[in-house]
Amino acid sequence: MSDSPLLELDAVSKRFAIRGGIAGSVRGHVNAVRQVNLTVQRGEVFGLAGESGSGKSTIARMIVGLLPPDGGTLRFAGRPVVQSRAIQMVFQNPGASLNPRRSIGQSLSVALAAAGVARAARRHRIADLLGLVQLPADTALRYPHELSGGQKQRVAIARAIAVAPRLLVLDEPTSALDVSVQAKIMELLVELGRSLGLTYIFISHDLSLMRNFADRVGVLYLGEVVEIGTTEALFGRPAHPYTRTLLASIPVVSAAEARLRPDIPLIEGEVPNAADLPSGCVFHPRCPYAFAPCTDQHPAFTRAEAGQTARCHLLAGDAASVHDMTTREQPA
Amino acid sequence: MAAPAQRLSAARQNWHRFSRNPTAVVGAAIVLLVVLAAVFAPLLAPYPGHVGAVVDFRARHHPPSFSHPFGTDNIGRDIFSRVLFGYRVSLSLAAVVLGIAVPFGTVLGLAAGYFGGWSETVIMRATDIALAIPPLVMALAVTAVLSPNLLNAMLAITALWWTWHTRLVYSITRTLRHREYVEAARLIGASRAHILFREILPNCVSAISVKVTLDCGFVILLGASLSFLGLGVQPPTPDLGTMVATGADFLPDDWWEPVMPGLAILFVTLGFNLLGDGLRDLFDVEDVR
Ligand SMILES: Nc1ncnc2c1ncn2[C@@H]1O[C@H](COP(=O)(O)OP(=O)(O)OP(=O)(O)O)[C@@H](O)[C@H]1O
Ligand SMILES: [Mg+2]
Repeated sequence: MSDSPLLELDAVSKRFAIRGGIAGSVRGHVNAVRQVNLTVQRGEVFGLAGESGSGKSTIARMIVGLLPPDGGTLRFAGRPVVQSRAIQMVFQNPGASLNPRRSIGQSLSVALAAAGVARAARRHRIADLLGLVQLPADTALRYPHELSGGQKQRVAIARAIAVAPRLLVLDEPTSALDVSVQAKIMELLVELGRSLGLTYIFISHDLSLMRNFADRVGVLYLGEVVEIGTTEALFGRPAHPYTRTLLASIPVVSAAEARLRPDIPLIEGEVPNAADLPSGCVFHPRCPYAFAPCTDQHPAFTRAEAGQTARCHLLAGDAASVHDMTTREQPA
Repeated sequence: MAAPAQRLSAARQNWHRFSRNPTAVVGAAIVLLVVLAAVFAPLLAPYPGHVGAVVDFRARHHPPSFSHPFGTDNIGRDIFSRVLFGYRVSLSLAAVVLGIAVPFGTVLGLAAGYFGGWSETVIMRATDIALAIPPLVMALAVTAVLSPNLLNAMLAITALWWTWHTRLVYSITRTLRHREYVEAARLIGASRAHILFREILPNCVSAISVKVTLDCGFVILLGASLSFLGLGVQPPTPDLGTMVATGADFLPDDWWEPVMPGLAILFVTLGFNLLGDGLRDLFDVEDVR
């Protein structure tokens, strides 16, 4: 029982109505998340990567139970997901995640009260929590506008762990912060994850951060997971052309990596949006390797390597084909 | 410690911004003056006995003078003393109407904005209906059916006034409902009451206080209008609107009899409006009428 996944998403979908006009009538739908399957094991850091608008926050909000899915099921420890203290979230925008009218101590106190900590013990626990996120105890007396973005994000982390969650969803926890602050927050998260035995879902569009932090990664494109694999496999031998284009944008560490780096001629043109999805493979209008089936057949997940699958027609015949096609022409 | 000192300096900064805003300062000074005048009326009024139906035939229709700064009325009462007591009536009217309408309207606005669904539909349609009725017409209708007195007039005004606050709080709540800190509070398992009154309400307070300040002026004016029409405060209780109505019979010769209480109404209304405008700038809130 203990090696069953902590979180399972099975064919999860979400669409939003686009309203407009004078009467606010529904003009169409955005398919923000489509048929997402993924599993998160206890104690792992599962990364979710994707461009802006690919549905990362929407998935996060469904996982924590703030948003009901339109299709599919989400299971946490074997039971349907409901809002609970066991699943917490750190939000993308530190500026909005703390109430401007409440002191840090008040914000943390609510979490402790909800977790059943007696009033008399709360002051002490607040100081402990602030210590855990490496903030001085007198931060409790401050208001959000007196704190920096990094400090606010530390408080948001403290509030989340105050209720002793098992799963923490981190929605781009550092994207609004300076690079130097970013590194410190990530260090803190790694440390807390280890000491508190947390499972993380780490959402980011920053792939170098993802590579350092995540154990496994899922790549989202237009609301669809196009590739999932261990960090090693995915970053070492990306199977989906989209993953490869994403990786092409991160700085390389070594000359060996630079040689492996794909030089993908992304097809110019409008990036399709979730309101007007392409037929077949959603990536085909931008994919340099698109061939006959891509325009009208939606590819199924195909195993690329151990622990790595991708939705790509190129993989259907020969698992290594994308890799070969993109590195063949590289000057050695 | 550092934090309280910082908060103190934040308060000082606010005070600094406030003191640099002439509109707010003048408004606050007027409001303060009126409130003090009303509270200390028995001490300040040169003729406190003139509140009631005192008649002094020798002192009828005296123009403003040193002993009667605002002159005297048709039965010889000191208008200045009666204006001071009139402010008591005006301010109590505003306090009672707003004291009931604002909390009521606020709670409904929070509920409609946060819960949505049928509670939103019912509450917001009710405000639409109430907003379609002009308060003066409502007061006329109520006092016609019941009897014309201050209580009924206040009842009528209160029955409509909450809607403005419901709308205001509703629109703020709608924008805050999905704000990250509200969702975070839901996730950690905070109660609904906590979310409504501790997370959302504090963020409505500046907008509400601006509106309440502006409302004071409107309610006082409306109360005076009702009294002027004979539907509000009944003599001999000194009321500014009634005094204008009674004094109007003696225009143009004894102009001070309607003009002085009229100016007193203008003064207090202006004070609340200036203060409200100043607070709006200070708090940087928009969309408050
Ligand atoms: N409440 C909503 N109503 C309508 N459309 C929405 C809503 N929330 C999200 N969307 C749409 O769903 C799509 C996915 O949005 P989402 O916020 O999940 O993206 P994201 O990957 O988190 O992007 P970002 O990196 O910018 O945070 C977008 O096209 C967005 O416009
Ligand atoms: Mg997002």
